[in-house]
Amino acid sequence: MNRRDFKIIAEWIEERSTVLDLGCGDSTLLNYLIASKNISGYGLERDIEEVQESVKKNINVIQADFNIGLKQYFDENFFDYAIMTQALQENKNPDQIIQDMLRVAREGIVTFPNMGFWKNRLQLGLFGRMPISKSLPNNWFDTPNIHLCTFNDFEELCENLEINIIEKKVLDNNYSTNFLLKLFPNFFGEIALYRFEKNT
Amino acid sequence: MSNKFEKNSVGIVVPKVAEIKQKLKLDCGKTLENFSLVYETYGKLNSKKSNAILICHALSGDHHAAGYHSENDKKPGWWDSCIGPGKPFDTNKFFIVSLNNLGGCKGSTGPNTINVETGSEYGPYFPIVTVRDWVNSQNLLANILEIEKWACVIGGSLGGMQALQWAISYPEKIKNSIIIAAAAKLSAQNIAFNEVARQAIITDPEFHDGRYNDFGVDPKRGLSIARMLGHITYLSDDSMRQKFGRDLREGKLHFGYDIDFQVESYLRYQAQAFVDRFDANTYLLMTKALDYFDPAKEYKGDLFKAFENTKSKFLVVSFTSDWRFSPEKSHEIVKSLIKARKDVSYAEIEANQGHDAFLMPIPNYLNVLSNFMENINE
Repeated sequence: MNRRDFKIIAEWIEERSTVLDLGCGDSTLLNYLIASKNISGYGLERDIEEVQESVKKNINVIQADFNIGLKQYFDENFFDYAIMTQALQENKNPDQIIQDMLRVAREGIVTFPNMGFWKNRLQLGLFGRMPISKSLPNNWFDTPNIHLCTFNDFEELCENLEINIIEKKVLDNNYSTNFLLKLFPNFFGEIALYRFEKNT
Repeated sequence: MSNKFEKNSVGIVVPKVAEIKQKLKLDCGKTLENFSLVYETYGKLNSKKSNAILICHALSGDHHAAGYHSENDKKPGWWDSCIGPGKPFDTNKFFIVSLNNLGGCKGSTGPNTINVETGSEYGPYFPIVTVRDWVNSQNLLANILEIEKWACVIGGSLGGMQALQWAISYPEKIKNSIIIAAAAKLSAQNIAFNEVARQAIITDPEFHDGRYNDFGVDPKRGLSIARMLGHITYLSDDSMRQKFGRDLREGKLHFGYDIDFQVESYLRYQAQAFVDRFDANTYLLMTKALDYFDPAKEYKGDLFKAFENTKSKFLVVSFTSDWRFSPEKSHEIVKSLIKARKDVSYAEIEANQGHDAFLMPIPNYLNVLSNFMENINE
């Protein structure tokens, strides 16, 4: 497992904790967290082929659109962590999903691409075209990303929703980091990971 | 074995009979002193006896789940799409047991067998058995077969209810359960369908309070209406439209009450085929077993409490167009299993065949089953 984002998530998670993965795909992350952190939990996934792959990996997967499944299946404070990787921007109501993650779990973890990444700014600002990059590979007409945001936008949303950001990691498209990223994350960062909780 | 059958068929199978000489106390309060169960097996039991799978049948099913009884059989067993070498329930890996439930009409003790105490047929005097009674009787069969723990118990519809009950009743004796197109309890609408079916049978002038065999007749009209009604609810509006549309059997309307449309012809054919092979008292009994099933009842309606002591891993499957046992019914099971923090996966298969989809070779469905079975260690 080389993916730096998965490693960061694993570092944020306690041993033997309970985890919900929203849009778990073929459950690579859950599988990794079971192996590295001995977690237990469930994945929500709407695509039947991904569900088949998850079942093959012996992961608990529930076939459902997570906008519906999250409300339908899980009681309050059921999990330690609710994770959503690279799917925030595909949601109809990202603000509601984030709040619902903190309904079912003590902490939330999200990863998403930064619309404010300098190359994206360049494509839109200078060339007047919707950005296409490694982290945003689709054309505007066939992209699943309907609610793209910048890191600053996300942080402002958290503030408005009275959500406390515990930790943040900013990466480039190879899931690694450097000093420029640390200095100007909203400009040089392509992907971010956030760990957050309810303000108490 | 003849090579007349497909390569992945279990081929010719011979049913066996287990004489169970042990008392079985039933939920209704009565006790069966002894009884027999007819069953078939496919594949080989390994030396550790750890690769056994139990298949539970639905309302009109029986022990003949796979393969053929003779070379002249036109159709294989009812779940041949899933049972055989290389199929999801792989006979190269597993030893599969399929029985005719107590109260059935295919050889197991039931309304059309002789009560040794009275010397005559049970008929309507056969006690109404419940899903839990079935599971208890299946457990006695497991004892005879020296199977201490099922690698998996599997069923669709009423069979799924048995798989669920197994996990609840015998947590130590079941490692996995697959619950397909089932429900933790029937809805009022579902009970209502069953009641119409029962009324059709009971009000048939040839029913004679269930003693029709004594009179040398059969309540065929009632049973066939019950089956027609059932059959409609097992299909979806969409699949009926695709299959029959408004096609006319003879290309014109007759302005009478005989068959005009293909769908009418189909229903009558299905009903006729059914009454020739099924017993009315068994049908009544099976519908009651469906209606009575409600494992949450003992827990004040909290289904998750019924699951608290289970140790099985679960796979729950439903079909999008199934309105008799809708996906919502499976959601209820899944939600309660999650609440009880059990290992469960759930697949909602896109299919337009309605409730009957659970018997069909739908690729995504078979893949989910295969992938789940792959993780079962013998």
